[in-house]
Amino acid sequence: MVLGFLALVLLGAPAAQASPELPAPPQHRTVLQAQTAGTVQAAEFDNRIGGVLRGADGPIADVTVTATGNGFEGEATSGPNGAWSIGVPEQGTYEVAIDEDTLPEGIALAEGQENPRQVTFANTSSATTLFLFGEGIVTQQTPFLETLAERALAGFSFGLLLALSAVGLSLIFGTTGLTNFAHGEMVTLGAVLAFAFAGAGLPIAVAIVLAVIGGGLLGYVQDAGLWKPLRQRGTGLVPMMIVSIGLALALRYIIQLFFGGATQQLPGSQGEIIDLGSVSISRNNLTSLIVSLVVILLVAFLLLRTRIGKATRAVADNPALAAASGIDVDRVIRIVWVIGGMLAALGGILWAYYRPGVSYNMGQQILLLIFAGVTLGGLGTVFGALVGSIIVGLFVEISTIWLEADLKYVGALLIMILVLLFRPQGILGRRERIG
Amino acid sequence: MDFGNILVNAFGELISPTTAAYALAALGLAVHFGYSGLLNFGQAGFMAVGAYGYAISTLSFNAPLPVAVLVALLASVVFAIVLGIPTLRLRADYLAIVTIAAAEIIRYIVTTNGLTDITGSANGLAAFEGGFYDLNPFPPGTYNIGPLGMNERDFWIRIVGWAVVIIACLVVWLLMRSPWGRVLKGIREDENAVRSLGKNVYAYKMQALVIGGVLGSLAGIIFTLPRGAVQPANYATELTFFLYTCLLLGGMATVLGPVIGAMIFWVVLSLTQGLLYGLIEVGAITFLSNSQAGQLRYILVGVALMLLMVFRPQGVLGNKKELAFA
Repeated sequence: MVLGFLALVLLGAPAAQASPELPAPPQHRTVLQAQTAGTVQAAEFDNRIGGVLRGADGPIADVTVTATGNGFEGEATSGPNGAWSIGVPEQGTYEVAIDEDTLPEGIALAEGQENPRQVTFANTSSATTLFLFGEGIVTQQTPFLETLAERALAGFSFGLLLALSAVGLSLIFGTTGLTNFAHGEMVTLGAVLAFAFAGAGLPIAVAIVLAVIGGGLLGYVQDAGLWKPLRQRGTGLVPMMIVSIGLALALRYIIQLFFGGATQQLPGSQGEIIDLGSVSISRNNLTSLIVSLVVILLVAFLLLRTRIGKATRAVADNPALAAASGIDVDRVIRIVWVIGGMLAALGGILWAYYRPGVSYNMGQQILLLIFAGVTLGGLGTVFGALVGSIIVGLFVEISTIWLEADLKYVGALLIMILVLLFRPQGILGRRERIG
Repeated sequence: MDFGNILVNAFGELISPTTAAYALAALGLAVHFGYSGLLNFGQAGFMAVGAYGYAISTLSFNAPLPVAVLVALLASVVFAIVLGIPTLRLRADYLAIVTIAAAEIIRYIVTTNGLTDITGSANGLAAFEGGFYDLNPFPPGTYNIGPLGMNERDFWIRIVGWAVVIIACLVVWLLMRSPWGRVLKGIREDENAVRSLGKNVYAYKMQALVIGGVLGSLAGIIFTLPRGAVQPANYATELTFFLYTCLLLGGMATVLGPVIGAMIFWVVLSLTQGLLYGLIEVGAITFLSNSQAGQLRYILVGVALMLLMVFRPQGVLGNKKELAFA
């Protein structure tokens, strides 16, 4: 007990945040030790296999799960909330098995549930597998149209969360001409801040709001401290792009320095599945879809109906002319950076729920998809970014019906290259924008 | 803290095959970006094509070493042409996005589980370097370069790696002072002016892309040989960004710049690592763990890239008039 507790103290902040409600009383001894072992492994390795064991009556605790493969063997025990996680040294395929002897009485694996089974990482640092329990629960083959509708719904949700970041990126490109490679880190920061605030004990809604404000702050600081001075020096667009790469590297490793290499979960990341007629979607995905839709409509309203929106579009169109007609260009760009930062942070939080998980390189993983959305729609056009992102999201999700899951981003990137071949200005872009 | 050991390690990095590979790949980028103005962000993809081309032809087809190298180089030529056809007419920032996307597509494809038999997916491939070491003329024993002792295999790969770098430097130097090279620099300065002189700008750009890509692919082979393994995670976008840091450190439109840049890059990384680990060991730094010290070094790389770009874009050796951007 003492040893286990010592190990826990030594683990440091992130691990302690990950499991804030540790059972201290001695009767939970085994649970505590098991959890500690699990956390040690998760802290040692970046990649994790995990899942939640849940029966008809709720979570199932104290069940032993093992993972073997790639010359590695790991073991974990499910916690009081049914969650288990095994840290593995590298991504690849592992054989995951549940020790059926440790299952509580009266609970058995459902029919057709493979045990042991193969679990394969799909380019993310965490792989999830669900064991279903109870009699009569059989995974059934769903008809094609239902699968398609389900994938399309998920893709729409994914596309809208991409669009949040893409709209910000596109606004920044439109007003300053900068292709911002550090946008992925702005996405990451939103999720990491939300995790940090939630870990500090704030309710998740408050944490999200604070994280979005933090994202806006980062946008403001970036513009005031870096990009505005560079613009005033007359730095060219290509050097600015390379500066943004340096910034992206620095920010990514700063985040890793404080956050660590492991993947953590935001509160409520294991949402239940909601049935909408014949189509089902997880509650988190549905919430994400609605939130991003509302926010994007709000941004569209701001751009089309308010003075500052009009000024933004004027600056995007022709900065010199806008300045000549009395628009404070620097102020507009500052506002665009703040809004871009807030949108990216929100996008990051939603991405953390979609994956699910928060990690230091999560933004980098979707940066190219954001770029794909922006270029598909046409660099610098806000509504193009929206349309492009939704196409990318739909394409990524629907392509998983035929393609292997670890190739799902390839299709979206290929589409982008093909569109550039035939219509380089993008779907909604204007001819003159490309050189 | 053992300063002697830290310095010896830094010297080891100076002549390591990884540094040679970085120098070679950065030289390829100099052809692309420094001399032709092509913003290729997919150099990691070219390196992956080279490494996998060599490894797959050796393992799957039992090809002898010259054939395997030839296959790797041909694969990178094909990759350059396929990449160039849609992208070379695009503006610099579009080109950057498309090339980075193409490099990532390569990485996803060699990572996918569907091709595990050929590419080994996330685990990569191993045990393909035998043919290379069979050619080693040096008898087994200990060889010393300066203060550094190594076995005959390490000695051989260093000799070959740096010989390739020297040859590549010579070739690029000769190319760039030829009429062909002058047209290329003309394209970098003003594409339309060169076009109005009747030159086929598109063809010149394509040739530059192919040459730089072949250098990248050679770099991929040299990068992967001493490791005895090729893994997709090594060829992520960060590799390209590190190569740009090397290039900008040395000077982008110079022949020796990328080589010196790669040396500075690895020596500084090694020195900071040695110093940080040493300070942690003696207890002078208590707020960092060893892995955090490793991350701190890459924060420094990012900051260095930004500062370089802002304050000395021509690098150590470069001439400010010869920048690919105004």
